Amino acid sequence: MSIQVVNLCKRFSRVAAVDHVSLTIPDGSLMALVGPSGSGKTTLLRIIAGLEQADSGQVLLSGQDVTRAGIRERGVGFVFQHYALFRHLTVFENIAFGLQVRPAATRPSKVVIAEKVGKLLALIRLEDLAKRLPHQLSGGQRQRVALARALAVEPKVLLLDEPFGALDAKVRQELRRWLRRLHDEMHVTSVFVTHDQEEALEVADQVVVINHGTIEQQGTPEEIYHSPATPFVHHFLGNVNIFHGRIAGGYATIGELAVTAPAGWSASEEHAVAYVRPHDITLERSSDHQRIEAQIPRERYRELALQQGDTVYFSFQRYHIYPLRPDATTSAPQGV
Amino acid sequence: MGLFTRIHPANLISPANPRTRASHEPAWVRVALVTAGLLVIGLFLIVPLVAVFINALRDGLGTYWNAITAPDARSALWLTLITAGIAVPLNTVFGVAAAWCIGKFEFRGKRLLVTLIDLPFSVSPVVSGLVYVLLFGSQGVLGPWLRAHDIHIIFALPGIVLATTFVTFPFVARELLPVMQSSGNEEEEAAIMLGARGFTTFWRITLPKVKWGLIYGIILCNARAFGEFGAVSVVSGHVRGLTNTLPLHIEILYNDYQTAAAFAVASLLALLALVTLAIKSWIEWRAHLAAVEQQSVTHAPPGGNAP
Repeated sequence: MSIQVVNLCKRFSRVAAVDHVSLTIPDGSLMALVGPSGSGKTTLLRIIAGLEQADSGQVLLSGQDVTRAGIRERGVGFVFQHYALFRHLTVFENIAFGLQVRPAATRPSKVVIAEKVGKLLALIRLEDLAKRLPHQLSGGQRQRVALARALAVEPKVLLLDEPFGALDAKVRQELRRWLRRLHDEMHVTSVFVTHDQEEALEVADQVVVINHGTIEQQGTPEEIYHSPATPFVHHFLGNVNIFHGRIAGGYATIGELAVTAPAGWSASEEHAVAYVRPHDITLERSSDHQRIEAQIPRERYRELALQQGDTVYFSFQRYHIYPLRPDATTSAPQGV
Repeated sequence: MGLFTRIHPANLISPANPRTRASHEPAWVRVALVTAGLLVIGLFLIVPLVAVFINALRDGLGTYWNAITAPDARSALWLTLITAGIAVPLNTVFGVAAAWCIGKFEFRGKRLLVTLIDLPFSVSPVVSGLVYVLLFGSQGVLGPWLRAHDIHIIFALPGIVLATTFVTFPFVARELLPVMQSSGNEEEEAAIMLGARGFTTFWRITLPKVKWGLIYGIILCNARAFGEFGAVSVVSGHVRGLTNTLPLHIEILYNDYQTAAAFAVASLLALLALVTLAIKSWIEWRAHLAAVEQQSVTHAPPGGNAP
C-alpha cells in the first residue's frame, strides 16, 4: 500500500511541528524519516497512523483519503519507541491481542490465533519465551515482541517510531539487519523514524531528511550521501569542513586555493561557502595556513613521508559550493 | 538504645563501623524522638481504640450482644450497609470515569473539574447535608413538587444515600488520578492501533494497570461511607429504626446514657476500620511486591531459556 502525504501542517501551540509537507512513499518500500530531535518526524509518523490529527493537508493510503478516517479503518501497524508492550500480559497474549479484540464476526478461532502467534514467535525467535511478561525480557527481545504484535494483524503499512533508539549499539546493529531482511521477505510498506543518519542510510531504500518540520531532501541513501541538496543535509550526514570564499570568473577562491566553480553561477564576486568532507581532502606539498581536518589513505601517507611540522597543501577531490545568502539553507547546491 | 539497634541491625553486626556511627544522631536525641513518637501514637491512636473495646465489654458479653442485636441497632447496621452498598459502587463508576477523563485526555475546563472533585473534601459535611435539605426538603426549592408526587428524599433513604455519595465522592477519583496520569498513554495507543475499541482498551489495558489504586480507593470510600456522620445527620431526621445509620445510632445511645451499648455498637465500626486497615496494608504490600518483582527481573539474562 502506498502512502501519500499532501501539504500536511501541524502546529503545537505556536511551533510548527510539520510545515507543508508533501511526500510519496511507494508501495513495498522501506523508508527512513531522519532528522534531529524536534524536527517533526515523529509527529509526521503519528499523523499517518491517525494518532495525531493534522491541522490541514491530506493523508492518502493507496490513493484513498484517510485524513478524517479513524485509526482502525487505516490498517496501519505501529511500533512505539518504548515498545508500549502490555505489561500485565505475557508475550503470547501481547502478540495475540490484535486478533482477540476483533469483532466476533471476523475473529479467528483460538486454535488459529495460537497457530498464528506460534509462527510469529518463530519469526522473532522467541518461541521459548511465550509465557514471560514484558519486564522479564531484554530490550531487544521486547522490540521484537512489539514488532510481532504489530505484524499479527497483518497491517498494510508498518510504521516504526525510533525502533532501535533505546537499544545498545550491538543489539541495534543486529536488529537493523534483521528488520531489513524481514522487509525483504514481507514487502509491507514500512516507514521508520530515526535520528541516526547511519541507520537511515544503512537500512532504508529511500531516505527523507527532515528539519524544522520541512523536507530537506528525499532520495536513495546514495543520492542523499553523495549529492546532499542543502547545507543542512550536508551537515547532518557526516563531518564536513566549511570554507568561506568568493566566486569570480568561473573559479571559487578559498584562501589561496582556487577551484573550478560549478557551472551555472552567473553573478561574479559572490560570497560562497564550500562544504568538503574530510575524506575528500588530500594533502599536497605546497601552502596555506588554515588548520583543517583531512583523512588520507595510508599509501598516500607513506608516499608523502610526512613529518610533524611539515608544511603541506591540500586540494579537494569533491566539494559542494552553496551561495551565501540568508536563505542559504534551502537553496539548491552546485555540486562538482 | 535497644530499640535502635533493632531498627538498624547494622549496629549489631559491626558496632564499630565508623560510617554507621557518623550517620547517627547522639543516643539521647534518638531516644527522645522515638519516645515522643511512640507517646503520640499511643495516646491518640492506640488508647482510644482499646478504650472502645474495653468500654463495650465493660458490662459483660451479654450486654454487648444485646446491644448489637437490638432491633434498632440491627436496622441501623442494615441501613448503613444499604447506603454504602449504593454509594460506593456509584462513586466507583464516577471516580473511574472522572480519573480516566482527567488522566487521559486534554480538554477545556479540566482544572475546574479537578477542583469540583475536591469540593466535598473542602466543604464541611454539615453544609453539604444542609444543601440537600434546602433543595429537597419540604420548605426547599423542589419540596412542593416532590410532595405533590409523593417522593420522599429528605428524612428517608434517598437523602442519606445522596449525602453519603456526595461526601465520599473524591476518594476513588483522587486515588486513581495519579496512577492514571503516571502510567502514560502509550499502551492505550498501542491497543487502539491493534484495532481495539475504546471500551475494550479500557477494560483490558487501562483497568488492569490501575487495579491496585482502584481497590485502595474503593476501600477508603467504603470506610468513609460507613462512618459518615455530619451530612447524614442533617438529612436523616434521626428516626429510630428507620433513618438511623450506625454512627447516628451510636450518638443516640450515648445521649441516652447507654454508654456500654453505645461503645458496643461503636466497636462494630472500629472493627470495620481495623479490617479496612488490614486490607489496605495487604494491598500496599501486594502492589509493592509487584513493583519489586518488576524491578528485580528487569535485567533478566537475554538468553532464550524458558522460565
